[in-house]
Amino acid sequence: MLLILASLLLMVASGAAALVTSARERLSKVIGVTGLVTSCIIGLAPALHVLWTGREEAFIRPWSVPMGSFSIGLDGLSAFFLLPILVLSALAAVYGGAYLQAHHHKGGGHDVSHATRDGSAFFHPGESEDGEREQGQGARERSENRGPATGNLIRKPGASWFFYNLLVASMIMVIMARNGVLFLIAWEVMAIASYFLVMYEDESALVRKAGSTYLIATHCGTAFLLALFILLGRQSGSLDFSTFEASGLSGVAFLMALVGFGTKAGLVPLHVWLPEAHPAAPSHVSAVMSGVMIKTGIYGLIRTLTFLGPPPPWWGWTLIGIGAISGILGVLFALAQHDLKRLLAYHSVENIGIITLGLGLGLLGVSYDQPLIAVLGFAGGLLHVVNHALFKGLLFLGAGAVAHAAQTREIDRLGGLLRRMPWTGAAFLIGSVAICGLPPLNGFVSEFLIYVGAFEATSSLMGPTAVSGMLIVGALALIGGLATACFTKAFGIVFLGEPRTDDAARAVEVTAGMRIPLMVLAACCAAIGLLAPLAFTITTRSFPSLANLLPYDAPVLIHQAAGMMRVVVLCLSSFLLLLSMLFIIRHKLLSGRSVEKTVTWDCGYAAPTSRMQYTASSYAQPLTQLFHFILRTHRDFSPPQGFFPESAALSTHTQDAFEEEVYRPLFQGVGRLLSRLRWLQSGRIQLYVLYIALTLLILLMWKLG
Amino acid sequence: MISIIHILFAVLLAPLALGVINRTKAIFAGRRGQPLLQLYWDLFKLLRKGAVYSRTTTWVFSAGPLVSLAAVLTSLLVVPFGGVRALLAFPGDLLLLAYLLGLMRFFTVIAALDTGSSFEGMGASREVTFSALAEPALLLGLAAMGRRAGSLSLSGMYSGMMPSDLVHHGGPVLILVAAAFLVVFLAENARIPIDDPDTHLELTMIHEVMALDHGGPDFAFIQYAAALKMWVLGALLIGILVPMHTGLPPLDVVAALIGMFLLAAATGVIESTMARLRILRVPQLLVAASVLSMLALVLVLD
Repeated sequence: MLLILASLLLMVASGAAALVTSARERLSKVIGVTGLVTSCIIGLAPALHVLWTGREEAFIRPWSVPMGSFSIGLDGLSAFFLLPILVLSALAAVYGGAYLQAHHHKGGGHDVSHATRDGSAFFHPGESEDGEREQGQGARERSENRGPATGNLIRKPGASWFFYNLLVASMIMVIMARNGVLFLIAWEVMAIASYFLVMYEDESALVRKAGSTYLIATHCGTAFLLALFILLGRQSGSLDFSTFEASGLSGVAFLMALVGFGTKAGLVPLHVWLPEAHPAAPSHVSAVMSGVMIKTGIYGLIRTLTFLGPPPPWWGWTLIGIGAISGILGVLFALAQHDLKRLLAYHSVENIGIITLGLGLGLLGVSYDQPLIAVLGFAGGLLHVVNHALFKGLLFLGAGAVAHAAQTREIDRLGGLLRRMPWTGAAFLIGSVAICGLPPLNGFVSEFLIYVGAFEATSSLMGPTAVSGMLIVGALALIGGLATACFTKAFGIVFLGEPRTDDAARAVEVTAGMRIPLMVLAACCAAIGLLAPLAFTITTRSFPSLANLLPYDAPVLIHQAAGMMRVVVLCLSSFLLLLSMLFIIRHKLLSGRSVEKTVTWDCGYAAPTSRMQYTASSYAQPLTQLFHFILRTHRDFSPPQGFFPESAALSTHTQDAFEEEVYRPLFQGVGRLLSRLRWLQSGRIQLYVLYIALTLLILLMWKLG
Repeated sequence: MISIIHILFAVLLAPLALGVINRTKAIFAGRRGQPLLQLYWDLFKLLRKGAVYSRTTTWVFSAGPLVSLAAVLTSLLVVPFGGVRALLAFPGDLLLLAYLLGLMRFFTVIAALDTGSSFEGMGASREVTFSALAEPALLLGLAAMGRRAGSLSLSGMYSGMMPSDLVHHGGPVLILVAAAFLVVFLAENARIPIDDPDTHLELTMIHEVMALDHGGPDFAFIQYAAALKMWVLGALLIGILVPMHTGLPPLDVVAALIGMFLLAAATGVIESTMARLRILRVPQLLVAASVLSMLALVLVLD
């Protein structure tokens, strides 16, 4: 426990030191990054220790804040969530050091110039004149015009490291807090620190809009958490977690936790901030936010569930319903995106959905007293938390490398990067295979656990309740298929084929500082896939913390499931063995024979240009067309006219349906309602003094009367 | 022991099933048709050739066929053949099967995109669209089978079935699942009415167009992997339609083999008597297959 406190202290202190020294850019970066990496390594020791030995640790001191004590603890669940936070934050910091430095010297700005407006198939450069439609050549010209301005802008990476370290420290604190007040303070610090990180490139209007959307959303969520803790602490009069107990209002508490934590996690329909904020941040911050910060929402939900007593079935059903909707809508909207980081952000919504499906399944297992289903559901959901942190971190860092090297994140302007950036490309491919849940990587392991749990539910639950399993199987199958479509698009169009623009053609591999974190994360993805039984066992070490929720003598079941994982690994290893055998066979067959190089066969057409390649938009079109009733993709099309058409343009744009249909009308309505009170604001100071006097008078009367 | 033998059968006889399909189609068209063993000769010829690669391609292009073949070969480990158990059977092995086929698809598709050809991009796009819709049909159908047999492994689901099951209690469930699997079988193996393996226009192809640039041993691997994939998905179908459990495993294997070639002949009949669907109609067929699977699952919940 002292180690983890020391690690927190070092983290915050090095962040502050980076802020103080921010005039000396290099020194500030070294202090910030080294401090963070060191403290993450220090912090890993106690987390691993707790997972290994199963001994819980606690640190409780009285403090002057009312309602409880300064109470932190490290149990299996906390330690399990700490692992991805520490590992990914440290790797992303190393990457960020190299990234911000390179970025700073380029003058910045390019990474966000296409943040939300997407275009496809530009026939006529410079077509879009108005400022709203930032797309195509027009946008690039503008961002170049803006170049000198942003170049003069002196960015202080010191502040960025301060907030980064603060963000990581606050996430650790959220995971370890055992007191409501402490939890909420850490939660707020986390929100504010990440807000400032999102606003790193605040000269862009899109970034500012993304930042404020995020700030508003996260505070709406926090409001529910405040109410939740008051509700939980109502009986004992203390906000210490140890005093929380189940009451008649557990259902209300569950819903509040779902809304409050669901906002942070990005569950549909509370996700609208996520695809705005994550792409706007610098890539290493996006990785941390998407990879681990949103998981604090999942953590909070699980932790709250342990206070609420035995779950009634409708909790599980609710989570399954929301998880299925989040998963399917997340991947569908991802499919329709043209911006690589926005696509990844929507995939976070999808993966949070998968995690929620697992948790919902686990809860149903508990409600219907099916230990095997409960164990598989929770283990799958929890392991997916770690897995998603690894591959989503990897993919965001990879996307950052692409944006850095090719000056754009727009998928349709990239291509052929694998030749130019072989390491980044290979790592991105591993991340893509993993996120699709394909063997032999880590995504397969966690989805496998949830799937088996769902199959178990379809085959052993009674009558209608077995429909839950059917829902999960159907949802996961559809998500899996669509994710494959989405990531073959993301990897295939960005990294394969020929470059579609000169910028993409000029891309070069990023520096070692940015490359090595990618390699490490890719290795982690492979390791969890091939060491599935071990990963599963470590996941189940968090179960003792869920004792209120999982009242089973689990070891037998866990042993049984681990045995199953061993056979899976046997199959995966035989796959790798076969693959290497085939590789050798092919090599032997081709050695000594003629192996020639020529152009791609284009049905006899001799002079293809790279712009004739299939684009990401066309690639996804059959599916986006099929799901048009959900996606409502806008299409601006000016067809070629006349015999010698001079200009033509097509651009598609998929806004978030919930933002368009729900939140915009809602907030506009609220705005209209409040504007009725505008007459109060006359702008005359005398009148305002009168308001104050009147208020005081009324209060006085109320007090005396 | 017998489980290893049926893997051997799959490895040796998979290309023959394609020969049977082609022979059936030839008979319908009144032609003599190519030899039954044509695919074998093609494979041998391709394996003896050199290779020509596009300058656009990277290692992903040559990894595609290797991963595909390795994945489908691995999936043979868990697929039961008629009434004969698979070599490995464990709860959830069906997911390994489904996701190995998914891995195969992933790499076929990115190998196609690696050429930068718009034709191959178009084929890849259609492939991922249709398979995303076929996936729920397969997995929900397997869930219905699992509920029916009370088992989570393929071998468990397919063991103990009798031909009489198809007409007695629970028959409708099996017939619905079989119908759904037939659609998945035709879609995943690029057969009419979803895709036409004999088409001559790249614009209309789905599966064939993705392999346009492959040649030599790589193309042999692709063709062989496709034949094996058909065998694997066919095994899931004949396990329902020809469930022989005589107690004598060799006899069961023979029955399943006959079933497999009958299925191939039936595919030939379908291809000869049906036209290909318009591409925009295909999703409807696939969604219908998912609905059939779901219906089967609901029926079996009783």
